[in-house]
Amino acid sequence: MTKNKKDSWPLWEVFTQPATGEAHQHAGSVHAPDGEIALQNARDAYTRRGEAVSLWVVPSTAIVASSPSDSGPFFDPGNDKAYRHPQFYSVPKGVREF
Amino acid sequence: MNSNYTDQIKKNLFEYVLRLGDDNLILGHRLSEWCGHGPILEEDIALTNIALDCIGQASAWLKLAGEIEGKGRNEDTLAYFRTEREFKNLQITEYANTDFAYTIVRQFFLDVYFFYLYEVLTRSKDENISAIAEKSLKEVKYHFRHSKEWILRLGDGTEESHNRTQNAINDLYPLTGEMFEIDLVIRSLMKENIIPGITKLKTSWETIVRSIVEEATLTLQEDVVFTAQGSRQGYHSEQLGHILAEMQILPRTYPDAEW
Repeated sequence: MTKNKKDSWPLWEVFTQPATGEAHQHAGSVHAPDGEIALQNARDAYTRRGEAVSLWVVPSTAIVASSPSDSGPFFDPGNDKAYRHPQFYSVPKGVREF
Repeated sequence: MNSNYTDQIKKNLFEYVLRLGDDNLILGHRLSEWCGHGPILEEDIALTNIALDCIGQASAWLKLAGEIEGKGRNEDTLAYFRTEREFKNLQITEYANTDFAYTIVRQFFLDVYFFYLYEVLTRSKDENISAIAEKSLKEVKYHFRHSKEWILRLGDGTEESHNRTQNAINDLYPLTGEMFEIDLVIRSLMKENIIPGITKLKTSWETIVRSIVEEATLTLQEDVVFTAQGSRQGYHSEQLGHILAEMQILPRTYPDAEW
């Protein structure tokens, strides 16, 4: 990682997995000079109270984000097209994460 | 508490557990001085977390020491109402933070020490000792990972970080000799298998310390003269008095203070 500014470390996005089998969720971000230190910093800032069984750290610069002006064309759910919303079948009993 | 121990064994066990407690108490206090002064927020949090782990371990060991002694002293009385000469911590634990490099080198030397020591103590015949050692070992494994990664980065970093870390090693390595002293207290507990197989500690410590220091392009002196001695008998550097003054002033001024 190259430094963004002379005296600040790059930013890393932190993802925590609350339990085995669940999805990693965005928890926040930390500064660190490299991946190993980013993992350690993330561990200290976000997992000290048993919040996670697994951690990911990703350089913030690697994230490609949609821009606010895209929100119309990107996210319009198309409510007039009922066939796009698959809610006509039931979820099997015992499935907690879906 | 194992009531089968003779009075002499109890006395030695109290003394030994006190050392474990004092090492962690003083080191934890030193680390806590970084709180709010860390080089960067994330590292501030890391050092403070490690400080809390050390204070937690100190609390467990001192509580056990009080129970062994059986004179009604608990972890707080032992921490706050003893004087300098009654503290048995290693002198390296009281060494001033100085700068980030000194703090990390001090921590690194002690993390490797506690890693191997606790590993031995998890096999102790005494269930209280093995239980605290096992719980603490988990924490120390993380402390070691933290300090090791920093040694590698500081040593193999910039010219300034390299020089500062080398200076810290030159000053702190001579204080590590007394970590491995085997005196009558330890010898008597080894005979009882309360402390098993501690004789390999020095070799294991030096092997891992040397390999990481060299990987970090730093040097561990070959013919070092170990200067620190007498900590386990209560002899300390000037530093400890200052630490105790700050640590003990509140409970000594208001002995019944509660929060």
